Order: sequence, then C-alpha cells, then structure tokens
Amino acid sequence: MRPNIKERLAVQVNKLLLIMLIIICLPMIGFAQAPPEFSDPQQEVRYWQLLTELRCLVCQNQTLADSGADLAGDLRQETLRLVREGATDEQIIDYMTARYGDFILYSPPFKAKTLLLWLGPLLGLFVVATFIVLKNRRRFLANEQIEPLTKYERNLLDKHLLTD
Amino acid sequence: MKASAARFILPLALFGSFIGLLAIGLKLDPSKVTSPLIESTIPQFSLPVLSDPQRHVTPQDLKGKVWLLNVWASWCASCRAEHANLIVLKKEGNQIVGLNYKDKDVAAKAWLKKWGDPYLMSIVDANGLVGVDFGVYGIPETFVIDANGIIRDKFIGAIISLADMKRIRASIYAAEHQREVGSASK
Repeated sequence: MRPNIKERLAVQVNKLLLIMLIIICLPMIGFAQAPPEFSDPQQEVRYWQLLTELRCLVCQNQTLADSGADLAGDLRQETLRLVREGATDEQIIDYMTARYGDFILYSPPFKAKTLLLWLGPLLGLFVVATFIVLKNRRRFLANEQIEPLTKYERNLLDKHLLTD
Repeated sequence: MKASAARFILPLALFGSFIGLLAIGLKLDPSKVTSPLIESTIPQFSLPVLSDPQRHVTPQDLKGKVWLLNVWASWCASCRAEHANLIVLKKEGNQIVGLNYKDKDVAAKAWLKKWGDPYLMSIVDANGLVGVDFGVYGIPETFVIDANGIIRDKFIGAIISLADMKRIRASIYAAEHQREVGSASK
C-alpha cells in the first residue's frame, strides 16, 4: 500500500535534517591537522610512541596522542621539536617530568613511591586467598566420612522425591 | 556468645578501615598536579611587557622581594572569578606579576582596563611555551617566588575562598621569613 501523506512527509523531513546535520559538521574539517612530516622514519615511530606515553594534563585520562586540548597541542609540538633536535626518548621524558612531574607519564613509573599502586591488587588477592585457605584448611585436609543415610532418612527422602 | 562476637568484629574493622581510606581519598584531588618546580629556581625567560612590548623582563629583574606570578588570560573565566582577590592581595602590599598566557595583547589590555589591573606588570607569553617551562596546564595558576628567585609554592586554580586566601598568605609569609631553601624554621 502506498504510505500515507504523514509518513511521506516524515521521510522528507528526516532527509532534510540529515543533510543539515552534515552541512553543520563540515566546518570541523578545518580543525583537522595534517600529521607532521618526517625525513627519518625512525623519528616518526618514536614521535608517535612518545605521544602514547605522555598524558594530557587537561583531559587527564587521555594521552597526548588522543587529546584535542590546547595544551596537548603545545606539548605535541614540543615533543616534535625535541625529536627533531635529536633528543633521546629518555631526554624527552625527563624534559616533561621536570616541568610537570611524574603525573605526565601515562603509566605510573615503577618506583618506591608507586610500589603499593602496582603491587596492591596482587597483595590484596594474596591476603584474601590466604584468609580463605586458612579458614577452610580443616575442610581441605580432613577426609570427611559421609555417613550413609539411616533407614528413617531414606524413607523420608523417598517420600518427598516421589510426591513432588 | 564470645565466638560469634569476634566473627563480626573482624569484617567490621576491615570495612571501617576501608571506609576511612575512602574518606581520606575524597579529600584528595589528583587532578591538581603537584609541581616538581617547588623549591627550585624559577625557569629562565625573557618576555615583553604588555604595556611596553619593547621592554623585556627576566626573572633577574624581579629579585630582592617576594613576588607572585599569576598566569591569566582574557579568555579565562576563572581568572575573572579570582580577580577581586588579586586586587586585595595587591592592596596588602604584594607584588603580582601577570603572565598573560596565549592571549591577544588587545584583548588583554581591554580586560585589564575593564576590570582593573592588580599587576605590577603583565608579561606576554603568546605561544604558551614559557608556560610549559612553568608546568602550566590549567589557568589560573599562581606561583609564590621568594627574593632569591626560588619557587616556594604553586597554587592551581582560582584563588576564591577564604581558605585559598589563607593559604596564599601563608605561602607568602613563609617565603618572606625563610631565607634559605631547607632552613629549619617553618
């Protein structure tokens, strides 16, 4: 059956809205930035790798590779400059941590300070497992004799099973 | 009975300490990144003055008295929020140097003209690179620097509440009365 006027109108309105949405989003193309050019492919690899290791301090659960924040752009530029100037990964990390502290490293470093952070869950698991084992050691070790059912219990069981 | 009481005490104690840890955690704010620059020499810079771009200022020009470096911009709403407190601090006799961060001179001057100028002077960091040297990530930020050019404290966020003002004043006092880094008196 041919769809009625209301439905045909709705389809056209939806098409129009979709086109409008696309048009409104077009200016965002202007924000897209071309990735930086590298003459040395190894530098390029290192650059992108470093961006995944550094945190964006504005959007703090994103890396510099992901974040669209202004500061992230500045820090990406700095990283690019340092890579091009020949700084080693360690030097670049030191540069960033000297200014922003350890928090700029996306994965917390494995230091004395962060030992509890890294080992905490493992430790917690160990404590709980120990607790469970100790509490139940009697049951694990003992050879419990399962006594057979008495006649009375057998009859009771049969009665309930059969009359379900 | 005694045995059953003990069964309840242990989980309760564990739960209680867990809640205690969470309560402490609520008070901490990990988004406020502690600065590694505290107790170290102020980063070197040479920046133009907002009102006189031909003139450049370095940290050496500001030695001899405790001063505050307040990172601000005309586009920053929180900077507007703390502005009144900066005026108060200025009136109390503190030297505040503004670091105009990633801003346009015209907009910055207009902002100061409109709301008032709490600064001894404003220096312009147009591309934000000096800000990176200072570990700036979310303005407004305020640094307390002592007479020898050592950064004593960093205040992240707008100075709005009474507690904020208390803290800044305490930092300034400490910077004024502690002559050497690591001196015993506190």
